[in-house]
Amino acid sequence: MPRHEPWNAERASEIIARYRHLKGATLPILHALQERFGCVPEAAVPLVAEALNLSRAEIHGTVTFYHDFRKEPAGRRVLKLCRAESCQAAGGDALAARAESLLGVPMGETTADRRVTLEPVYCLGLCHSSPAAILDNHVHGMLDAAKLDALVKEAQS
Amino acid sequence: MSARIYISRDSGALCVGAEDVATAFRKALEKRGLKAEIVRTGSRGMYWLEPLVEVAAPEGRIGYGPVRTRDVDGLIDAGMLEGKSHPLSIGPVEDYPWLRSQTRLTFKNCGIIDPRSLEDYQAHGGYDGLKKAIAAGPKAIVEEVITSGLRGRGGAGFPTGIKWRTVAETPPQQKYIVCNADEGDSGTFADRMIMEGDPFVLIEGMTIAGIAVGATYGYIYIRSEYPDAITAMEIAVAKAREGGMLGRGIAGSQYKFDMEVRAGAGAYVCGEETSLLDSLEGKRGEVRAKPPLPAHVGLFGQPTVINNVLSLATVPIIMVQGGPFYRDFGMGKSRGTMPIQLAGNIKHGGLYETAFGVTLGALVDEIGGGTRSGRPVRAVQVGGPLGAYFPRELFDTPFDYEAFAARDGLIGHGGVVVFDDTVNMARQARFAMEFCAIESCGKCTPCRIGSARGVELVDKIMAGEAVDENLIVLEDLCNTMKFGSLCALGGFTPYPVMSALNHFPEDFGAKRRRLEAAE
Repeated sequence: MPRHEPWNAERASEIIARYRHLKGATLPILHALQERFGCVPEAAVPLVAEALNLSRAEIHGTVTFYHDFRKEPAGRRVLKLCRAESCQAAGGDALAARAESLLGVPMGETTADRRVTLEPVYCLGLCHSSPAAILDNHVHGMLDAAKLDALVKEAQS
Repeated sequence: MSARIYISRDSGALCVGAEDVATAFRKALEKRGLKAEIVRTGSRGMYWLEPLVEVAAPEGRIGYGPVRTRDVDGLIDAGMLEGKSHPLSIGPVEDYPWLRSQTRLTFKNCGIIDPRSLEDYQAHGGYDGLKKAIAAGPKAIVEEVITSGLRGRGGAGFPTGIKWRTVAETPPQQKYIVCNADEGDSGTFADRMIMEGDPFVLIEGMTIAGIAVGATYGYIYIRSEYPDAITAMEIAVAKAREGGMLGRGIAGSQYKFDMEVRAGAGAYVCGEETSLLDSLEGKRGEVRAKPPLPAHVGLFGQPTVINNVLSLATVPIIMVQGGPFYRDFGMGKSRGTMPIQLAGNIKHGGLYETAFGVTLGALVDEIGGGTRSGRPVRAVQVGGPLGAYFPRELFDTPFDYEAFAARDGLIGHGGVVVFDDTVNMARQARFAMEFCAIESCGKCTPCRIGSARGVELVDKIMAGEAVDENLIVLEDLCNTMKFGSLCALGGFTPYPVMSALNHFPEDFGAKRRRLEAAE
């Protein structure tokens, strides 16, 4: 099940038109574009700029400022491991290393088969149950080696 | 008689399998032909007991936890639907010592009510604060909040009522209420918990703020790392609107107030209020120089109240009980209660709301139960990534804005992250600098460049390269960042770095002696 559509300027313009009436519409538009296409490609920048009567430079500046917006789509599943202090205190460093070795990619990269993107995240607000992770939009806490292995397996399947 | 079962939908419960447990109950009940209603609540904040399953009984709700799917049949067999005993039973939840010893004001309904039901919220005293506020009028609301002594729970601790008065005194025009729900500090989850467990209390608080200062529109800016909180707030806002509690003529009054939920995009610095405002406007989340204050020139250039989730969510109870009631809890200039979040390597991780004044040691050793690993506690970071590391020698510090400041620390948003004796404090100092470098908005040099140089310096120190000389440079760099940065990101990063160095010099290979605990 492909989660995202390939880039299509016409579809993008429809999405932009749906949100442009909002005050400060840039972020809602960028989120909606990424939701649809899996990323905010360069080609989207002039479309958003024109719709909001802003310069391309302003939109480019916004897109590149935020960690969330991708230049190209992520893998089919995105596994984010929390790397912040609370999870560090509860063995998160070892789990991160384990995930990297299980998937064969360092943090921030996608496996060669494009199945899984492994990323760090700085806090999921699950610090009471550290170490924590989020697979797509599903949260996981109290991770240990066995639970991480199962999670990685789920991500790969 | 149909039983009623309560299972949390809070993401802290979901992350340990609450959804599967709810499904298992549904199936098991169906198979047995038993009638029971499953109500999805927020969390009580006792996360080591999640998934916590509660059953309504004559003596109150009886709790069972942590429940795994494999426990479900056994629980039902044991008569759990009638509240009977079982090895997983914790008895009447309200009497459970960890909960009973708290003073739950802001979190009074969290874990009890159905966060998706406006009716349930109202049945538990919800919107009583708004009714009082409407009857009292704007001036009296502001006075009540000033009297309560409520200070900004985001970390800065600025008196909420004074902020409101500043906005109320600006000439009538479009004004905004902005809720800062960009809870990015590691070790904190109180905002998330209230949004997922009692979202209407936040909506009510924002509505009261709107009436108080003459604002007709609000935004809740929630970080994108909180998808469940975003969903919970969106549902609640829609229900409040349907129920006539948002929009024109709120609760039958002449007041108008509406709001929307906006998602952040993964920038920690947007938790800084001016950067959050720029982000809401669709720009790069860069920090603004103050003045002008957001109270005068805020969102879209208009007067704006920007408050943390907890500050706003505390307003309804202040309206109901009165400012003096709230003010009478606490110590010194820290009035009321603080929802303290216990995190990291801790046995009893969760949210503990209590009056200011409890000591750090009581929080970590007694309430938190020490480390989950069973090893000795070595360091505790209080107040998020910008908060200081405290050694055991400072465990007598009371939870109070001024007491922490006096010991070169901060309480921030109330997060307490516990580390055991395997921690390397030089690595933690390096991480503080690295995090600042990753998250710096780039506007001011001390933060943008200082943090990058800081990482390099700690690397050299850890490699044993000219340690004492480099420590002098590191200290100097920290001073530059502390006094030269535009906001708390660059300005407070020296707290974890310097506290790690001062309290744990042995981890830096430093020749100098460990400093004595501050008096």
